[in-house]
Amino acid sequence: MTAHQQVLYLWANGSALDSNVVAWAFHDGSDGSVEGLPEVADGKPPYDTGVEALRDGWRLLQSAQLIAPPAGQEHLNAYLDYEFVFERLVDC
Amino acid sequence: MVGNLLTTRQMASFVADGYLRFDALVPDDINHRAIDEMGRLRDERFAGDGLRPPATGTPLEGCYPPPSVIGEYLRLPAVQGIIRSLLGPDPTFDHDWTHHIAAGTTDGQHLHADAIIDSDDPTFDIQLFWFPHEVQPDEGGTRFVPGSHLHRIQPSALDRYQHIAGEERFTGPAGTVLVFHHGLWHAGQPNPGPDDRWMHKIRLNPTQPQVLHWDTADLAELHNDPSDHVFARMQPDSVAHTFRAWHPWHGVTTYRNEQVQRARLWRYLTGDDSYDVDHYLTRLEGRAKLVDR
Repeated sequence: MTAHQQVLYLWANGSALDSNVVAWAFHDGSDGSVEGLPEVADGKPPYDTGVEALRDGWRLLQSAQLIAPPAGQEHLNAYLDYEFVFERLVDC
Repeated sequence: MVGNLLTTRQMASFVADGYLRFDALVPDDINHRAIDEMGRLRDERFAGDGLRPPATGTPLEGCYPPPSVIGEYLRLPAVQGIIRSLLGPDPTFDHDWTHHIAAGTTDGQHLHADAIIDSDDPTFDIQLFWFPHEVQPDEGGTRFVPGSHLHRIQPSALDRYQHIAGEERFTGPAGTVLVFHHGLWHAGQPNPGPDDRWMHKIRLNPTQPQVLHWDTADLAELHNDPSDHVFARMQPDSVAHTFRAWHPWHGVTTYRNEQVQRARLWRYLTGDDSYDVDHYLTRLEGRAKLVDR
């Protein structure tokens, strides 16, 4: 048995870990024989908040830094602002 | 032409969402003959004597002359009206492509925007996605993210967004045309089903300011006063009301910035430099005048 990493990206609509999740991505370093994301309705995020992910055993690796926009670009949108990266180690 | 032009309400939706959808717009007679020509365009595009696309910069009216099924589609009065409304007269051909996803394809594209990062002026190209046959769920319908078109991003930086709340995966009847603002985030999807998926995508450029080229009969009724403010007084049915559409993936800051960008685009489209929604631009411009004195 070797520990393999699963990585979960959650993007929230605010900077708090209990803000609502609006986007997500999952990368599974296991052989697929272990638990993945929870089953949810199509189009719904696997967790409503980052805190829910913590409670399901995910460990927070990184939160988005809060950086003021450059002068003149305060009202331009670009990427999803609030990115949280989690990992989980699974044996397989 | 007026009978085929877009309405103010449709134009406002395009500004708010970044796309318009026209189900079964292309008649079946054209759809049934389209796949053969799309296939030839795919196979012969780079051949010396085959079916080749127009040269970039060709006036649209000179693209795909008869006999051409793609030309028949582009010359449909309804399609001409859409293009005229959004781009104005004399648009030119940028490029096109046959997007063929073979049956049994299990991988899809990463989310992306086309071309390069955008300039910050409000001009825009349009891209028409024509699906000549019905597309059911899990048959390779294009994935796209409403409300993403005014975000200024590097196209390949979107790869990591596997799922975004409120995104759509196209399904619909034969002959449906999606019309995208060039900045809309999108991706081809897996097609695990038994039938190939075909789609023709064409990008067109404006050559004149894109100002008031649609059917403006309803403009005076819907074009709200700049004082229209969600926390003060609002006209109930207005362009501002459409611009208040909140896409599920937008947080508060994103939403408000989006309204600013929508108002800027509407100013360009209407030539009304005082237009506003919820006072964001007017507030800043009013204060800026205080220090310019």
